[in-house]
Amino acid sequence: MLVFLTRRTLAAVLLLIAITGLAFALIYSSGGNIARNILGELATQEQIEALTAKLGLDRPLLVQYLDWLGSAVTGDLGVSYFTATPVLSSLATRLPVTLSLVIVSIVLSTLIGVLLGVAAAVQRGWLDRFIQIFSVVAESLPNFWVGLALVSVFAIGLGMFPATGYIPINQSVSGWVSTITLPVAALVIGSIASAAQQIRSAVLDVLKKDYVRTLRARGLPEQVIIFRNVLRNAAPPAVTVVSLQFIGMLSGAVLIERVFALPGLGSLAVNAAILGDIPVIMGVLVVTAIIVVIINLIVDLAITWINPKARVQ
Amino acid sequence: MSDLLLGGEPEVSASAPRRGVARRFVRNPLAMTAAIVLTLIVLVAVFAEVIAPGSPTYARLDMVNAPPGGEYLLGGDGAGRDVLSRLIYAARLTLIGATITVVVALVLGVTSGLVAGYYAGWFDNIAGWAANLLIVLPGTIVLVSFFAVIGPNIFVSMAVLGVLFAPNFFRLVRNQVIAVKNELYVDAARVSGLRDARIISRHILFVVRAPIIILSAAIAGAAIVVQAGLEFIGLGDPATPTWGGMLQDAFANMYTGRHLLLPAGLAIGVTVACFILIANGIRDALEGDEARPVRRPPPRDADEHAPIPASAADNGALLTVRGLAVEYVASHGPSKEVVHGVDLCVNRGEIVGLVGESGSGKTQIALSVLGLLPAGGSTPRGHVWLHGIDLLTQSSRSMRQVLGSTIGYIPQEPMSNLDPSFKIGDQLIGPMRRVLKIPTEAARLRAIALLERAGIVDPPRVMSSYPHQISGGMAQRVLIAGAISCDPALLIADEPTTALDVTVQAEILDLIRELQRERQLGVLLVTHNFGVVADVCDRVAVMKEGRIVEDRSVLDIFSDPRDPYTKMLLSSTVEGAPLRDPLGS
Repeated sequence: MLVFLTRRTLAAVLLLIAITGLAFALIYSSGGNIARNILGELATQEQIEALTAKLGLDRPLLVQYLDWLGSAVTGDLGVSYFTATPVLSSLATRLPVTLSLVIVSIVLSTLIGVLLGVAAAVQRGWLDRFIQIFSVVAESLPNFWVGLALVSVFAIGLGMFPATGYIPINQSVSGWVSTITLPVAALVIGSIASAAQQIRSAVLDVLKKDYVRTLRARGLPEQVIIFRNVLRNAAPPAVTVVSLQFIGMLSGAVLIERVFALPGLGSLAVNAAILGDIPVIMGVLVVTAIIVVIINLIVDLAITWINPKARVQ
Repeated sequence: MSDLLLGGEPEVSASAPRRGVARRFVRNPLAMTAAIVLTLIVLVAVFAEVIAPGSPTYARLDMVNAPPGGEYLLGGDGAGRDVLSRLIYAARLTLIGATITVVVALVLGVTSGLVAGYYAGWFDNIAGWAANLLIVLPGTIVLVSFFAVIGPNIFVSMAVLGVLFAPNFFRLVRNQVIAVKNELYVDAARVSGLRDARIISRHILFVVRAPIIILSAAIAGAAIVVQAGLEFIGLGDPATPTWGGMLQDAFANMYTGRHLLLPAGLAIGVTVACFILIANGIRDALEGDEARPVRRPPPRDADEHAPIPASAADNGALLTVRGLAVEYVASHGPSKEVVHGVDLCVNRGEIVGLVGESGSGKTQIALSVLGLLPAGGSTPRGHVWLHGIDLLTQSSRSMRQVLGSTIGYIPQEPMSNLDPSFKIGDQLIGPMRRVLKIPTEAARLRAIALLERAGIVDPPRVMSSYPHQISGGMAQRVLIAGAISCDPALLIADEPTTALDVTVQAEILDLIRELQRERQLGVLLVTHNFGVVADVCDRVAVMKEGRIVEDRSVLDIFSDPRDPYTKMLLSSTVEGAPLRDPLGS
């Protein structure tokens, strides 16, 4: 187990270095453009060269990356080109917003998706058809449009929720709930449909197995077979689906945060992208990569734990 | 990337019926409608200049946020431009963007997938690693970051998106190539001197073309959603009308121009839905009729048939099957009957063999008695009496009670009949606790005794093992222990030795015979092997094409087979070797 963990963690660290290295190479290879973006269209060539030299962008790419990596490991992700705030501290204030949005959403979508998916697989019939239709509709509508529609109806039309803004949970729980309900709803509708679809097909696969017939022949009640044996065997594909959805929601949050003016990671990234604030962009990418790597690690562990065949002897 | 393609890779099976795929697709009303609507959208995009009522960029101050229905059919946007004209022109950019993404993903993914699958080696390793990396990246965040470098050029963004989607094609094609590479016909092509390129194009791309189309449609839909999202957050080109840009405008005019939300949203929704429905339509057409949902028929009412003849219930037989028919829902047209009204009975303390070649319907009879026919199967006629109760009229709940306590089932393939996720002990103890209503500890002791009786050497160790840790013969012993664990009166054994080694076969048969004598069980033994029949059965029913052609004692059948089919079966047994003396002397 310890060997397994160490190996996985090592692979995760390598993955992190690969992602950041790739991102760094792609972003920083346009060295001159970075200074031009900061200074604006009217800057002279000398000004651009001076700034490029000052930011160290004239050094070889590998040196720049190792320099960045060296500081990053100690927790120093540089400072914003524009606001001069340390990147790490803006990440620290933005991350909780995004995470609370995504975590609440993934918990809800998993719970509802599993229930709907199992019900559709077991009952078939109208529920099955409803979920098929629901998932086409939910997949076709961009989540930010769903968000806009929700704002239009529930915030502007009915006035039930604030249209924009965010109240941290440690300031007011009810305030947090009121500001996060619509964003979560917008983020969750699509993923419930897709989770339900995936769980449905995973459950249907297991229901076809010989051992389910044998369990039935042993006289076990159907609910016990479904919730003990079938769910347990359908869990590995379901866990993978949930993990991919979690990562997908990080993307979705970029748009949803925009719609609801939530001060999260996504809006930080969008603003930095429009300004050309490279250190902030790199910071967002690092945090995202770390989250992705952690999620994958958790999934590996979960699947090992669920599936006895994958367990290390 | 993982954002929107959770549908995953479409499954391909080389054996899927390919003929008639196009016909089935055309017959699917939903998919056909989607194809027509999508064609219309493409036409609108191509002929935007002709169709649009006005200029998409001409702004009139008096039409700012004008409501729909006036001079501008769908109203004016935040800058006083015609929403309808913008909507029409925006279709063009959207479809071009989606095409770029699909083409980039297709070219990258299919080429690398072919090379990796066909030549394997280091390229496969590197490409697989890169695919794993790309597929977990959150796409929108990557594109937002790239914006800082590439600026407001939506086409470049869409090409980058294509790179992020490429792993989906890569995995699909690579896995298919590996599956097909060692097929005999590909070997034959190689031996006959065809060059690799020709083998790839003739044999491999041909097999994956349909899944590639499905994936392309799914990616096109996902690309449109991502593109709209980028434009919505202001990372598009503000000079050209786009659906995402229109939603940005709607967002900015949320309070004064609520009519702006619907047109662009619907345009995106309808277009994406078309792609998804087309993808689903092709998938369903490929899968053939398996995809159709099957409804489980309700249990038949005992009253609608002839009343139970008293003799049937009282003739002393444990199990009486009378006029049983089994049918399956067929793809098109009427259901197909596979068992045509058979009579059979099993007495207490008797082993009855049900013999026939595969496909003769013997397993169907066994599963009908258990009430566990696979989806699509039903028993339209006949009766199955056990202790005088007609099992075919039982609800599934009361059938479950009969199953646990009165009928034990020994399946054919031991390894696939144990739940791989639970320890063997759990799988034995669970049913005993439910059916016999005894506490866990008592059930555990009983399980150990049963395993010991079934010939397992170290029961506690096997109890704490998972199914993949024991051998096939042991697994079959475990399943036999499970079958008798709740003291059934009837055992149904469906080819219990077919999947086992020859040496183990004899041991398992001996075990069944011993248990049957000990417990005075009635046993229905389904087999295709006359050797097995000779070894253990008291009576044998011979099946052919869904009918029982001969049902007599083993002695009679072996010494004096009457039906020509029985004679044929007997003469073909064990490659002409003499049969063991059925007297067992």
